[in-house]
Amino acid sequence: MTLQSDTFKSLVKEAAEQIIASAAELTALDQAIGDGDHGTNMRRGFQAVLTKLDTIGAQPLDEAVKMIGKTLVMTVGGASGPLYGSFFLAAGDALSHKKLPEDLAAVFGSGVAAVSARGRSQAGEKTMLDVLLPVLDILKAEAGRADLIERVRATATEAVARTAPMQATKGRASFLGARSVGHIDPGAKSSCVLLCAVCSTLEARQ
Amino acid sequence: MSDMVGIVIVSHSNDIAKGTADMVRQMVGGEVKVAFCGGDPDGGLGTNVGGIMDAINDAWSPKGVAILVDLGGAETNSEMAVEMLEPERRGLVVVCNAPIVEGAVMAATEAAGGSSLEQVRAVAEELSAG
Repeated sequence: MTLQSDTFKSLVKEAAEQIIASAAELTALDQAIGDGDHGTNMRRGFQAVLTKLDTIGAQPLDEAVKMIGKTLVMTVGGASGPLYGSFFLAAGDALSHKKLPEDLAAVFGSGVAAVSARGRSQAGEKTMLDVLLPVLDILKAEAGRADLIERVRATATEAVARTAPMQATKGRASFLGARSVGHIDPGAKSSCVLLCAVCSTLEARQ
Repeated sequence: MSDMVGIVIVSHSNDIAKGTADMVRQMVGGEVKVAFCGGDPDGGLGTNVGGIMDAINDAWSPKGVAILVDLGGAETNSEMAVEMLEPERRGLVVVCNAPIVEGAVMAATEAAGGSSLEQVRAVAEELSAG
C-alpha cells in the first residue's frame, strides 16, 4: 500500500461530496427512466461515508475500502447500495493481497466483476457497467502512462453519453423497453461522478 | 414452530410488507413464522439490508427461510442481506422468484405442512411459471 492515508481520505471526501452535489441531477435522470430515487439514495449512502470518514481513514487500506462498501450496503436503500457496496467490498478484498499502483487494474477489475455478478448484468445493458468496463479496459491497457488520469476521465465521460442510445434490459428502466432509449443511465452517471472526483483529487496532489 | 420454514416479506413499502404479512397470518395462521421489512433506512420508500437481515433472523427456522420480494431493488438487497448472514445460515435462505402477495401466501401454506425449503420455494415459484 503506497497510497497515503491523507490522500485516501481526500479521495473519499471528494467522491462523497461530488455525489451529494450531484444528487438532484441523478434523481432527475432516474425520474426519466427509473423510480426517481437514485440521487436521494446515493446521497444518503455517501453522507454516511462522510460521517465515518475519520474511522474509515484510520483503517488499513483494504479494510477502509471494505468499510465504505459495508456502509453503502447498509445505508443506500436501493439496488445501487448492494451494487456499489459489492464493488468496494470486492476491491477491498483484492487490496488485502495486491499492491497499488501496480495492481490498480486488478483491484478495480475485482470490483467490476462483483458489480456484474450482483446485478447479473453485462456490457451494453445501460447500467453502471457501461462506464466501469471501458474504464477497466483503459486501466489495463494504459497502466503507467503519464496521462492515465486524463484518459480515465475522458473515457468515463464518453461512456456515460454512450448509454443514451442503449435500451435497458436490467433494473427498473427495463420496464420501459424502447422508451428507455434517449436517456443516459443514472447509475452510469453516478459512476462517472465518482471516477471524476478521484481523478481530480489525484491531479491536485500530483 | 422451528420445524416449519420461515417466511420473510421484503417490499419497498412498509405498508405493503406489513399488509402482506397480515394476510399471511390471517390466511395461514400463526404457526409459520412470518417477518417483514419495508422501506429504506430512513423510513421512506426503498429497501434496507440491515432490516432484511433482522427479519431473516426473526423468522429463522432450522429448516430455512424463504424471502418474497416486490421489485428489483428488494431482490438485490435481499441477496446482499443473505450473503452478510452468518456463514452457517446463508445456505438456508432463498429469494423466491414469485409475486409478493400470492407467493407469500402460497409459500406459508406449504411451509405450514412441514415442507422443505426447496418445496416451499417451488410452490411459490409455480405462480411465476404460469
